[in-house]
Amino acid sequence: MALDIYKINPEFRDIMPQEIIDLEEKATWSVKMDKPRGIKELPDTKELLEEHSLCAGCPEAAALRYVLSALPKPEDTIIVNSTGCTSLMFPHIALHTVHSLFGNQNAVASGIKRVLDWRFPDIEKDVVVLAGDGATVDIGLDYTLQSFFRQENITTICFDNEVYANTGGQESGATAKGQVFKMAPMGKKFDKVPMWELATTSGCHYSVNMTASAPKAVARAVREAILIAREIGPTFLNIYTPCILEIGLSANEGLGEMKDQDKDRFASYKHVSPEAEEFLKKCKEEGRI
Amino acid sequence: MANQGPAYYSPYPAATYEGVITPPEGKALLLEDVVDEETAMREIAKQMLTKENATIFPGPQVLYAWSDEAKRKATLIKEMAEVLNANMIPMYDYRPKYPKIDAEVEINPNHPNLTIWENKIKAAIFIGVHCHYANVALKIVRAETDCYTIAMCALSGHEDAMATIRDQHASDLEKFIKIAKEVKSELGV
Repeated sequence: MALDIYKINPEFRDIMPQEIIDLEEKATWSVKMDKPRGIKELPDTKELLEEHSLCAGCPEAAALRYVLSALPKPEDTIIVNSTGCTSLMFPHIALHTVHSLFGNQNAVASGIKRVLDWRFPDIEKDVVVLAGDGATVDIGLDYTLQSFFRQENITTICFDNEVYANTGGQESGATAKGQVFKMAPMGKKFDKVPMWELATTSGCHYSVNMTASAPKAVARAVREAILIAREIGPTFLNIYTPCILEIGLSANEGLGEMKDQDKDRFASYKHVSPEAEEFLKKCKEEGRI
Repeated sequence: MANQGPAYYSPYPAATYEGVITPPEGKALLLEDVVDEETAMREIAKQMLTKENATIFPGPQVLYAWSDEAKRKATLIKEMAEVLNANMIPMYDYRPKYPKIDAEVEINPNHPNLTIWENKIKAAIFIGVHCHYANVALKIVRAETDCYTIAMCALSGHEDAMATIRDQHASDLEKFIKIAKEVKSELGV
């Protein structure tokens, strides 16, 4: 059956909206591809967020598109998200997504991954957590770390905008010390939680801290993280996606902010465990990366 | 707006709380009465042929060519629409709802009542719609519209539809089309 579930019955083509027909014809499901799906697909691929409901110029919206384009097997991937701006975009993408309660995302993802492995032992199914810093570093920190301790085969991606953005600008654990927000007028009192370091010490086989300034770098990290999670164990990506609204930038200034931070607070951090390193070498030889 | 439901957490009254349950095998349901399948088919055809803006809502199980049965049913549903002079609005789902889609025209399981209201649909057949969507949709439509809803279900039926026939496979649809043609001829429409 597989992709037959996406083929429109010829009898009904005349009543289906053009959007749905376009998706059948132009989506980049991995089995239809003669080359790996990637960033180059972004301009003309229907399922990679043709439209979205976030603010103009939002770096998070761009980062989500990079992540979606980098999924190795989109039709066999389940994205588990949590409450946040990004959750507004999930109704617009043609992928399996599960919206968890705020902070519960890694617990939910663990359960889904285990069931998928039991239900589909012969098919590689990827489970990817996508949540903001509030859900990952604050409210969901315990669930997140516990999933690392348990060595769950899931990839966790934190869109770190250093603030609870869609609720008006409260500080989060990921907010930098001293930062003033509308609902943190005295400035943050303690240091930013280095989640990428926590991920490393908690058992992640791959932990990266980066910004979303370079699409190819994000896509590569996503692909590597998912492949390692599939075979070896938990992986983590912390991607800085500033909330331009909360830090007072205009729509065209998000990229500049990320590029500035590439050299500063978000200077590259990458941890790869020895077994993951070995596995990545094998993947490169096989042309999977 | 509907009254508060008997369960006090759903605003919609559910048929099961009023003692209506799905029909036994080989039988059908017309409002609260268990009847023979043929009787129900005749009534369904009559409702569809006489009510304003009769519409068929094909769901994902027939809109997509995932099995031979789905392909066969698609052909028969097209024929059914022709015999019943019915419109068709796909209830596709499993696909993104891009903002440019007009949700009040292209039915969405979350608000089929809007589609039925806006299009002044007075009789509707749900066919190939997954159980969980049909359950929600039929409850809302039953509570908030005067549309005569019909569930042509491949499993055990839906008590919230005004008319329910169950275990409907391609051969049953052929039987329904035959009956609908007879009713159409009797009514002279």
